[in-house]
Amino acid sequence: MEDVFIYDHVRTPRGKGRPDGALHEIPPVQLVTQVLEAVRDRSELDTALLDDVVIGCAQPVSEQGGVLARAAVLNADYSETVAAQQIHRFCASGLEAVNNVAAQIGAGMASAGIGGGVESMSRVKLGYDTGAWVADPGVAFNNYYAPQGIGADIIATLEGYEREDVDAFAAESQKRAALAWNERRFDRSIVPVKDVMGEIILDNDEYRRPETTVETLASLKPAFPALAAMGYDRIAKERYPQIEELKHVHTGGNSSGIVDGAGVVLLGNEGFGKSAGLKPRARIRGWATIGSEPTIMLTGPFAVAKKALKHTGMSKDDIDLWELNEAFASVVMRFMDHMEVDHSKMNVNGGAIALGHPLGATGAMILGTVLDELERQDLNTAMTLLCAGNGLGIATIIERV
Amino acid sequence: MTNRYRHIRIEKGSDGVALLILDNADEKMNVVADRFIADMSTAIEELRKDDSVQGVILTSAKPAFMAGADLKLMVTGFDRMTALEAYEFSHNATRMHRALETMGKPVACAMNGLALGGGFELALACHYRVLSEDPKAIVGLPEVTLGLLPASGGTQRLTRIIGMEKALPLLLTGKALAPRKALEAGIVDALAPADKVVEKAREWLASSPEPSQPWDRKGFFLPEMRGMMAPEAAMSASFAAANIVRDAGYHLPAPLAILRAVSEGIQLPMNRALSLESKYFATLLTDPVARNMIRTTFISKQAAQKGARRPEGVPKTEFKKVGVIGAGMMGSGIALVSAAAGLDVVLIDRDTASAEKGKGYSEKVWGKQVSRGQLTQDKMDQMLARITPTDDFAVLEGCDIVIEAVFEDTDIKAETTRKVEAVVPEHAVYASNTSTLPITGLANASKRPDQFIGMHFFSPVDRMALLEIIVGEKTSSETLATAIDFGMLVHKIPIVVNDSRGFYTSRVFQTLIYEGAAMLEDGVEPARIENAAKAAGFPVGPLALIDEVTADLPIKINEQAIEQNDPNYVARGGVDVLKKMIELGRSSRKSGAGFYEYPPEGKKHLWQGLAEHFPSAEEQPDQEHLVQRFLYAQSIESARCLEQGVLETPEDADLGSVYGWGFPAWTGGTLSYIDTVGIEEFVKQADALTQKYGERFAPSNWLRKRAEKGESFYDAPAAKADMELA
Repeated sequence: MEDVFIYDHVRTPRGKGRPDGALHEIPPVQLVTQVLEAVRDRSELDTALLDDVVIGCAQPVSEQGGVLARAAVLNADYSETVAAQQIHRFCASGLEAVNNVAAQIGAGMASAGIGGGVESMSRVKLGYDTGAWVADPGVAFNNYYAPQGIGADIIATLEGYEREDVDAFAAESQKRAALAWNERRFDRSIVPVKDVMGEIILDNDEYRRPETTVETLASLKPAFPALAAMGYDRIAKERYPQIEELKHVHTGGNSSGIVDGAGVVLLGNEGFGKSAGLKPRARIRGWATIGSEPTIMLTGPFAVAKKALKHTGMSKDDIDLWELNEAFASVVMRFMDHMEVDHSKMNVNGGAIALGHPLGATGAMILGTVLDELERQDLNTAMTLLCAGNGLGIATIIERV
Repeated sequence: MTNRYRHIRIEKGSDGVALLILDNADEKMNVVADRFIADMSTAIEELRKDDSVQGVILTSAKPAFMAGADLKLMVTGFDRMTALEAYEFSHNATRMHRALETMGKPVACAMNGLALGGGFELALACHYRVLSEDPKAIVGLPEVTLGLLPASGGTQRLTRIIGMEKALPLLLTGKALAPRKALEAGIVDALAPADKVVEKAREWLASSPEPSQPWDRKGFFLPEMRGMMAPEAAMSASFAAANIVRDAGYHLPAPLAILRAVSEGIQLPMNRALSLESKYFATLLTDPVARNMIRTTFISKQAAQKGARRPEGVPKTEFKKVGVIGAGMMGSGIALVSAAAGLDVVLIDRDTASAEKGKGYSEKVWGKQVSRGQLTQDKMDQMLARITPTDDFAVLEGCDIVIEAVFEDTDIKAETTRKVEAVVPEHAVYASNTSTLPITGLANASKRPDQFIGMHFFSPVDRMALLEIIVGEKTSSETLATAIDFGMLVHKIPIVVNDSRGFYTSRVFQTLIYEGAAMLEDGVEPARIENAAKAAGFPVGPLALIDEVTADLPIKINEQAIEQNDPNYVARGGVDVLKKMIELGRSSRKSGAGFYEYPPEGKKHLWQGLAEHFPSAEEQPDQEHLVQRFLYAQSIESARCLEQGVLETPEDADLGSVYGWGFPAWTGGTLSYIDTVGIEEFVKQADALTQKYGERFAPSNWLRKRAEKGESFYDAPAAKADMELA
């Protein structure tokens, strides 16, 4: 494979995915447009050098459908020769978009491109793309479909995580995110979002609650007993008959936040860097995708991490920093336990519990976050991972150059 | 006027209104069958072509409008039809309904009485529905309870009339609605007194209504017609799938087929939707689950309730007064059902206060019904007045039957028998509600052992449908007939069992709890044991059941069987587990501790200490394997009961298992389950289980021979040609 380099990364701050969230009035195509403009303008990039812009999205319907990437390419006034495509691999979409561009470059069929993702969860609501896996009753029934929150509680039950454990993890995520913001660790990547007048409407991750403690989290109600009562607890037990009673430990406070946002990664081969006058920041070492048990649907990261290490001939100890999307506290806790990864190396600047998880965008965002952190700590390698709908999992390994 | 039709009549009025009157020539009820469909198809064509006919009213000459399809035809579907044949079978009626609603003339349905299943589907195919106000005139589509779906357009029309959200609960529960509720639900358009429904239909016809269905008109729209393009509707279908797992588990194909027919069919044009519905129906009719459920829970059950096991030639017993001895749980329940059936009841206990407490049970149960509006206070007072609580045996004078439900102790029972026989008339039958003590032995205390019989009710008596009647060595056929008559009177399902240890239900029920204990002994994690039983379709897991019945009881029965050299004794696994629990002082819920912990606040949960005493094996078996162990343990014991003459018919085995201890209905019962697996395959699998777990799974030579001959417990049905109705 030809070397594939990361030249840059930008992302929007994450707005609360609600009608009172700052980004609610900004259509998803504008979010992508603004990050495309930013990544171009700050490098004075000739966009005709790009072959493809790939944008992941987990609800690619209505205003997020119709190959949003192409609409944004034209809307951002990129060269009309730049191709575009939309990627849907649930929550893995943003990272899959990066991997897709890397694959094109690595195969020698493209010299540069942009991979990224977008999700305006306040506008295109979770579940609006439906799909057979959830909404075809025969398929859902036969595949023991259960919503992700149930899967997160299954993990906690099987692994013996109590409410205090997951809340402690969540409080730590908030603490780390607060420190990161205080120390302006995200500055290199954040592009404030502007409204129609050109005024800045959001310049920070507004979902955060830095004052959070284990005690404040303890007062929150479990989020998923109502779903369980609809029959998903029985489905969980049919799949995991060793469970006597599902423990509902996940709440809004220790699950990922619903937010709006977009992020992109500029990738290219060596020649592109020369033509564009850019210095590479990191190399893509490799990646992997996997399917795992779909009722829990959140255990893919462990298996896919091992697969990615195998692809790259690396070992666990070769990875300096880990970035695993905090879909739910139990997801990351399970990964650290099974993979034997120290918490000090995992999600150093907090994760989606504190910052929010704009589904299709997150993969591209956290890849950039961990790259910034590698540079800050002057470390070399990192693995970025996400669990995704219906049991999918994804991993990408990067290495600084 | 000569009638070219057999099951219907047409009366054409000078006002252009034709009455199409359903009037089955052979039965008391109008039913959907081949000849009826043929009649209807011809009639619809006649009415369509006849220019003098401007509107049609469907009604019935019988008290009911129409019951459903002939289940005798349905039950044989699995054995005699291919899927394509089943499709045709169903679509035949569908075409008739479709012809009716598209004939271009307004059609009203005047339901003078109940309309269920195919009968209500016929009503749904009319453009207007008026129903009798009589509370007994219920309407609904109960097909799901038989493992089927309403396949003459029921799933499609109901959904188009009231929407998916409202239609699904009706279709998935099979619940019938009383007239007022039916009107509220929007599945009928108007109510009228039974003798005025035709008049009401005439009024509608006079209002120059559209001669078509809404769904055949331009612009008809429901959000769910957009399928997954309407996310809310799509999610409700998804949640409905989860609800099905919650309510029915993974063993019943009908609920899912209904949900799929509805959610997929609503997106299609009507003709395609009806075709899809028939296809889903075909998958159900050719599945053994529908056969099993129809056979046991409908055909065999009804036959039993009509006295299928009653000896011939014995005149029907008239009951006026019943004595119930012992006012505990069982006695109180027997008193309740007897009084509800209109009998005078003498409820006796050692003192009047105890007897009154027993009567209090009826008061409590009926009181709840009154508060829910299911019963009037008047009726309750009348029924209560029939129960006389007392400690005086002399009040039993004049009783036609006495049912003893005292403590399970031979001496106490013998004394009771003598005291009762001293006062009751000569003709009185004496029944013991024992669940364990052999009847022949108890009858020794009787002056009239030929009038002595076992009547094993189940707790709570007012809710459990089964009555296990135990025939002792000297019990006469007149006495058996009387016991069955009583069972029928109190709306129970009587099965007949010949006297032996544990009779039928207690004997086979035990194998479930022992198998659960044996699994624990084998190192299976306790939650897996409980979950497997529930996944199989049992209402409660075996460990929870042991806590309810106590660990002591099965152990006592087991030891008695060994001591007394019971020839039918089969060594059970799990005996040591029960003994250990007794030793640990954890023998029951009643004692406060068992396999479960019973915290004063909060839900019961499995006792953590089980892991210490019964360590879990490293490798845990698949759930399917555990399910197989439960079902096989009970089925093979039932087969032994038939072989040993404890049971006389497979129907009794199946009814007893389904209604006695909740053996999963999808199997049709213990012996239907063997037929469903296939007797040869069953023996093969049982041999494998014997190797692994011991002799309790071993097929007898008798069963092996049956397997070699391919002799199933139920006869294979006749070929299709013979089944066709004349």
